[in-house]
Amino acid sequence: MKQLLLIGLILLLVAFVPGGSSPRGIRVGSKQFTESDILGEMLSQMIRSAGEEATPLSVGGTTVVYGALKRGEVDLYPEYTGTLIKEVFSNHPEASQENLEALLAEDEICISQPLGFNNSYALAVRRATAEQLNLVSIEDLAAHPDLRLGFSNEFVDRDDGWKNLRKRYGLTHQEVAGMEHSVAYRQLEAEAIDVMDVYTTDAQLAKLDLVLLTDNLQYFPRYDAVVLYRSDLKSRFPGLVEKVSLLEMAIEPDEMIELNARVASREVSESQAAADFLRENLAIETHVEDLSVATQIWRNTLEHCDLVRKSLIPAIFVAIPLGIFAAKFPRVGQLILGAVGVVQTIPALALLVLLIAPVAYFKFSTLGAGSMTAIVALFLYSLLPIVRNTTTGLSTIAPEYLESAAALGLSSKFRLLHIELPLASPSILAGIKTAGVLNVGFATLGALVGAQGYGQPILRGVRLNDTGLIMQGAIPAACLAILLQVFFELAERWIVPASLQPLASGDADVSTN
Amino acid sequence: MIELRSVSKQFGAHLAVDQVDLDCPQGKTQVLIGTSGCGKSTLLRMMIGLVLPSTGAVYFRKKPLAEQTIGAVRQRIGYMIQEGGLFPHLKVRENVGIVPRYLGWQPERTNARIEELLELTQLSSTMLDRFPRQLSGGQRQRVSLMRALMLDPDVLLLDEPLGDLDPMIRAELQQDLRTIFRELSKTVVLVTHDLSEAGFLADRITLLRDGKIVQQGAFADLIENPVDEFAAKFVQAQRPVFS
Repeated sequence: MKQLLLIGLILLLVAFVPGGSSPRGIRVGSKQFTESDILGEMLSQMIRSAGEEATPLSVGGTTVVYGALKRGEVDLYPEYTGTLIKEVFSNHPEASQENLEALLAEDEICISQPLGFNNSYALAVRRATAEQLNLVSIEDLAAHPDLRLGFSNEFVDRDDGWKNLRKRYGLTHQEVAGMEHSVAYRQLEAEAIDVMDVYTTDAQLAKLDLVLLTDNLQYFPRYDAVVLYRSDLKSRFPGLVEKVSLLEMAIEPDEMIELNARVASREVSESQAAADFLRENLAIETHVEDLSVATQIWRNTLEHCDLVRKSLIPAIFVAIPLGIFAAKFPRVGQLILGAVGVVQTIPALALLVLLIAPVAYFKFSTLGAGSMTAIVALFLYSLLPIVRNTTTGLSTIAPEYLESAAALGLSSKFRLLHIELPLASPSILAGIKTAGVLNVGFATLGALVGAQGYGQPILRGVRLNDTGLIMQGAIPAACLAILLQVFFELAERWIVPASLQPLASGDADVSTN
Repeated sequence: MIELRSVSKQFGAHLAVDQVDLDCPQGKTQVLIGTSGCGKSTLLRMMIGLVLPSTGAVYFRKKPLAEQTIGAVRQRIGYMIQEGGLFPHLKVRENVGIVPRYLGWQPERTNARIEELLELTQLSSTMLDRFPRQLSGGQRQRVSLMRALMLDPDVLLLDEPLGDLDPMIRAELQQDLRTIFRELSKTVVLVTHDLSEAGFLADRITLLRDGKIVQQGAFADLIENPVDEFAAKFVQAQRPVFS
């Protein structure tokens, strides 16, 4: 009993000791793709060079980041005008390049001047093809109906894609194939197709030396890169907005393509690419922390353990009483088990997004390192195995033990603590073990809302198609899960009564009389 | 000491005990006997409040059993079941000492009482640090008896305590039980289906069938003058033991 109290106390200390990183200074958001991260890094480094602290937060997609900006959890982030019109204000049919400023002002958000490049759709051809057939703009294609077109599946279907494009330019091409975007690049390189749709800042444009055909009829909407920032930023950090505005009209399309290409080829990191740009074009010297792989893994480990401890331990303290309650009151117990079971079936990304609003309501940080969203999600996921195993462990105790305990005249509290819980302890511990291992795995998904840990390298690795980076997160995560398993096996030997553990050979000295 | 007044027990559609009146007088050994399913174990469990009667009442020292007092009453009653019901996670010493621990006895007092009981139950003190699974069946029953006697209760309730033991050990334990019952002059209620065990231990015997009392009184009466055909058959079935 004393032993258990001690363990409980230690666990509580471990769970609630403050620690782990949390966002400081000005929070710079970005979306989880290379170009957005590079722009976010530029903003962070400019803020730092202005003498303020900056924390980059690479989180989810447009809805998540824009929501965070609106709530004030993010102070500024790079965005595209087309995305604002098509996604953020999609239910404002009158939204346009001209009235964006007014619409954003309703959310207390300001918009910068364009940064200088437009990341829109375009049609691209090999340089050789362009020179040979003298192709400059899209209408030039009409004279060559025998060219083979390969488009991303999305582009074939979209209203602002191929369907209306061919009408607009009167194109008569018959050979049009739908394919995956990265496959289209390979097909074009292999000369299996001649024309494809691209994003105008795709890294491959420079690598494959492609020529973009000009859109003289302005068929494609503009996706001008801009910076969105909270309107209170000017008063909170005087001079900062002016500093950031140095980026306005400062990034040429070719430069952005080159930066994307350098990062995509793993030549430099996002932050190094940003630093190089700032130094060469704006004469801003910034310091980029270049972490060794070992340091990165160590940091991720600390951050990962932080997520696990803050979610798993409170789950243990909540789930065991819930399990006891469910075992003692089976009708309510069915409800409890049902509820924690349903939580388990919600996909991780959905649960994380669902939790953002309630977590924000209670004024906890929803994003970034130490994100309460990730912790609450992990906490909820950890409940089921522990609750279920506690209930099962208690309700499968042999009736003769329960009857003997009752017949001895022991109070129900004493019976629970000294007879029932010890007898159920192997099952309860097995539940905690399962929850722990699941938790370590699920914690990688916290990266989707910017929580740190092993999920960060995994997510970046997936984005950059870099197996090494994925392994940098996946292997330590697997090791941590195994370590946790071993730790629980040891704890089991200490906590579970010796006689309930698997029989050791020297133990079975049953004598007869 | 214990009185049952027109108690019945209904389990769903099954009437396990039907209008039973029974007295267990002080210092005597009352044996409940009958075929399996006759309600004898249910009666015993009613006496310690593990089963509540559907109708009728159970009295302990003239007072009806009630929820508020059941804990205190149970500490005046020792209860022992087949296989012993020892807690597998506790050593013999802890199993035997669990109620003193609950009541907050000083360790010296508990240990002194354990020493006394080791002697009474003829157990070696080397057993104290074993777990139940490291004991033989006979040893487990002796430990279970120690646990039942720990608080020196007024009453001992035993539900087929020797049911699972082989005949040699069984005979030895029957002998020891009789000595202990006589020596301590406890009120004992013992459930068995073994007529020879009943004859060996009983002061009074009660034969049950389908939840009703068929015959009660002295053991010799049951053997010599069975009241009906069932009683005669029951005695007849186990007669060879005594011829």
